[in-house]
Amino acid sequence: MELLKNDTIAAISTAMTSAGIGIIRISGEESVEIAEKMFRPGKKDKKLSEQDAYTVHYGTIVDGEEILDEVLVLLMRAPHSYTAEDTVEIHCHGGVYVMKRILELAVKSGARPAEPGEFTKRAFLNGRMDLSQAEAVMDVIQSKNEYALKNSVHQLKGSVMKKIRALREQVLYEIAYIESALDDPEHISLEGYPQKLCVKVDNFLKESEELLTGAEEGRVLREGIRTVIVGKPNVGKSSLLNVLAGDERAIVTEIAGTTRDTLEEQIRIRGLTLNLVDTAGIRETEDLVEQIGVNRARMMVKDADLVLYVVDSSAVLDENDEEIISFLQDQNVIVLLNKSDLPPVTDADRISNLLPKPVISISAKEETGIEAFADLLENMFLDGKVQYNDEVYLTNARQKAAMEEAKTSFEKVKESIELGMPEDFFSIDLTAAYESLGQILGESMGEDLINEIFSKFCMGK
Amino acid sequence: MPFLEENVDVAVVGAGHAGCEAALACARLGLETAVFTVSVDSIALMPCNPNIGGSSKGHLVREVDALGGEMGKVIDRTFIQSKMLNVSKGPAVHSLRAQADKAEYSRAMRQVLENTEHLQIVQAEVAEILEEDQHVTGVRLYSGAIYHAKAVVLCTGTYLRSRCIYGDVSMHTGPNGLQAANHLTDSLKNLGIEMYRFKTGTPARIDGRTINYSKMEEQLGDARVVPFSFTTDPESVQIDQVSCWLTYTNEDTHEIIRANLDRSPLYSGVIEGTGPRYCPSIEDKVVRFADKNRHQVFIEPEGRYTNEMYVGGMSSSLPEDVQHAMYHSVPGLEHAKIVRNAYAIEYDCINPQQLYPTLEFKKIKGLFSGGQFNGSSGYEEAAAQGLVAGINAAMEILGREQIVIDRSQGYIGVLIDDLVTKENHEPYRMMTSRSEYRLLLRQDNADQRLTPVGYEVGLISEERYQALQEKIRKIGEEKERLEAVMVGASREVQELLESCGSASLKTAASLAELLRRPEIHYEDLAPIDPARPELPCDVIEQAEIDIKYDGYIKRQMKQVEQFKKLEGKKIPEDLDYDQVRSLRIEAVQKLKLCKPLSLGQASRISGVSPADISVLLVYLEQYQAKKHMDGTV
Repeated sequence: MELLKNDTIAAISTAMTSAGIGIIRISGEESVEIAEKMFRPGKKDKKLSEQDAYTVHYGTIVDGEEILDEVLVLLMRAPHSYTAEDTVEIHCHGGVYVMKRILELAVKSGARPAEPGEFTKRAFLNGRMDLSQAEAVMDVIQSKNEYALKNSVHQLKGSVMKKIRALREQVLYEIAYIESALDDPEHISLEGYPQKLCVKVDNFLKESEELLTGAEEGRVLREGIRTVIVGKPNVGKSSLLNVLAGDERAIVTEIAGTTRDTLEEQIRIRGLTLNLVDTAGIRETEDLVEQIGVNRARMMVKDADLVLYVVDSSAVLDENDEEIISFLQDQNVIVLLNKSDLPPVTDADRISNLLPKPVISISAKEETGIEAFADLLENMFLDGKVQYNDEVYLTNARQKAAMEEAKTSFEKVKESIELGMPEDFFSIDLTAAYESLGQILGESMGEDLINEIFSKFCMGK
Repeated sequence: MPFLEENVDVAVVGAGHAGCEAALACARLGLETAVFTVSVDSIALMPCNPNIGGSSKGHLVREVDALGGEMGKVIDRTFIQSKMLNVSKGPAVHSLRAQADKAEYSRAMRQVLENTEHLQIVQAEVAEILEEDQHVTGVRLYSGAIYHAKAVVLCTGTYLRSRCIYGDVSMHTGPNGLQAANHLTDSLKNLGIEMYRFKTGTPARIDGRTINYSKMEEQLGDARVVPFSFTTDPESVQIDQVSCWLTYTNEDTHEIIRANLDRSPLYSGVIEGTGPRYCPSIEDKVVRFADKNRHQVFIEPEGRYTNEMYVGGMSSSLPEDVQHAMYHSVPGLEHAKIVRNAYAIEYDCINPQQLYPTLEFKKIKGLFSGGQFNGSSGYEEAAAQGLVAGINAAMEILGREQIVIDRSQGYIGVLIDDLVTKENHEPYRMMTSRSEYRLLLRQDNADQRLTPVGYEVGLISEERYQALQEKIRKIGEEKERLEAVMVGASREVQELLESCGSASLKTAASLAELLRRPEIHYEDLAPIDPARPELPCDVIEQAEIDIKYDGYIKRQMKQVEQFKKLEGKKIPEDLDYDQVRSLRIEAVQKLKLCKPLSLGQASRISGVSPADISVLLVYLEQYQAKKHMDGTV
């Protein structure tokens, strides 16, 4: 029951389309604190918590070292905001993908994904709305809730539902076992049970892990392939991006190192969505601003589903290429030999020796090789070269958050077992896990446990 | 026709475990109280198992005692064996269970009733509840006599139109062959009260002289007995205890049962009532758990001065001849003589959703009920409800606020909330798994939780209340001290830790930090804690539990905070759910039936969704603002 929680909630407040600007709104007591965790101000020593209400702050949203986007942050303080609570609005570059990442980060930092209509409900309950609006609010809550529940449950594919349900049933069995032993200690013994449970909890953890990874993999299909373009300065990364994206997105110049900001574009190729990110050219540099760009590129490569490594075929491979190749070895990479319109100096064989990944000859300028690239892409993602399971994924932030909670509860159970805590303490966190899994399915505990106890275990006088 | 007419404040119908607590509470609060029973000799009768307490039920007894009830005190005087169950499984599930001397228990409770001022015992069957304009006005007895009363508490147990059955034998009697109460049901139905029919059962009693104990395992009581009541001197309960015995059914037993299932009234359809799943008859167990090749059988004495032994685990309604064969197939019972047959009993009770959490009927002001009549089972569940019903009947007459114990305050709260809120289709038994905040609702802290409530009501003396305050102060001080006292990584400390099988210290730590290690107990730390004050055991126990399980307790307290918010949102009794826009039809129906007092209670009704609760919440805000503006509040 999320009802009267005055905890801090977050949601994407703008339409989920690629608009110019997207807004993530965080409301509640801890909203400023949460924003502070993810915001890196433009001016170094600026602290959000020390800023006045109704002020705007420039900076970046960072997940660890990774920069997600350049943003403006708006600060409002209770009671002067829509919800009459402390509120932070993060205005970002409205890509769907970026907005989702920022929301996920807010959740990771302590916010809860808002229920449908929850901002409005809070606004009402905090006296921000006229009474005559109450009925309209009620209609909204009811319809949104029903829609959301139906939708989120429907969005879960059959096999995910089955997996979560199966996991939940196993958890219930263990709770019921412990409970019946506690309720009827003379008939049901817990002798040697912690060891057995430990093995099972390891399994639960593994399954939650898989479901969460599945969520990540499902994201690839649903939200697109997180694609990073790397390469030395001036090998044609930006122009390649432009060819694929179909308009002048990145600033293309002849001066090495001008692409400093992370740019993002969503493009679709044969049914696949690529979230393209261009990075600053990578090379050893004294320039601090660019150095940050390089580091960021390395971080991004780690998180990427696909790395497009652009090589200038008209130039020789140097130590900078070696540096890049060194951190691409374990990644999913397509090498693009650009400038195939110029006389070749570096060929596919030379690259393959250093980096055993598929190579495509391409010319951004003449727009050749794009078809071959698309074929390879299709092959890679639709024919299973890249391992993902399109069935197992959780669709939204709420489901993911609930799954994370279940996993945390399993970890706590494990901790209790390892600490040698009494059995009663296992069931406390197992129950929490059961409830979290239930939230994903839209089901609550109700009489489940009592029914399970009676049907599975023989109790009583 | 002339008839006897009397005036009392409260009429309590029934003198079982619920009726006794209800009557005592009312009389002790100074109200003239009459308690009616079909047989004075059956006051506080234990017609089934010979024990009080057990998992979660022990908690209820402690809570009854903390509120100022009687059950704990009486069992402390009349038990013949006692055990703390689940000692290794966490403090929240420690549970006391005592074997009672049934006759002594009954006698001792009757004595308390007889010696309580303002309380009169009347042997009679109540046939009718009298009311005017939805207010109760008294009761009419079968004899025609009328007792005018300002409040009536119904505690009829299993006596309403009861029927005892085994095989094809069916007798219209209450438990133990006692007279049934056959008239009250019609009167209740005329008042518009919805009735259920439930069923329960009891095993045979066997002549102890005919049991071969050498084939059984002896079950002893605890070496050091802990009393139920917070007021009992622990030294007074260190008595010579009797033994119980453990044996098992076997495939022969199961074969006898299977071969005769067609003769069971349960399977042939003679029994209509709904039975409880948690204490299945032996035939039920054999059918439902067919893979189990044996079931436990506990042989328990019914008292010190009788040879009768209770055969725990083998209740049945099979025919007499089958019962004999079945019991004789159990090791140690080969030549057992049966004194009383096992039987099933059917009785009328109510759908408890007709009650407020105060245990007052929504339809009839001044009419309260408790115990098995409310669809529960068990002596302890009955006592707990009887006490609450009695207190609230008294509060109503005295014009004071009635009490509702919520789910975060006690098992009593869980019990009553479950009964009045959830749909209940079988006799309800208390279980630890029903309590979501059980780490806070321990049997060891029932006094801290509920004695202040009992004091407020007037059932707890000033002296007892002050003693509790003193105890709470000492617990707080000792906790502070343990957090503050630091020990260094000296050799003495490291050796002590090693001897406890605990990791050595790297830097200095507080005693509290050491105490949080599961393997270390308060007593273990004595050698490195020379400044430790002399403290009573119960203070030490509380300080240790609070510190040791601090993390878990804090998590649970957070949950309780959330719970309290919803619980604090009151729903006006006159709320017209049909007027609430956007509520789903199913929710409207359920809410109209249950009439929850708070949003929290509403949220626990099956069929009411979180969205419905949101809608209600918004509506209530609007409703209150409007009332405020109209000046009606």
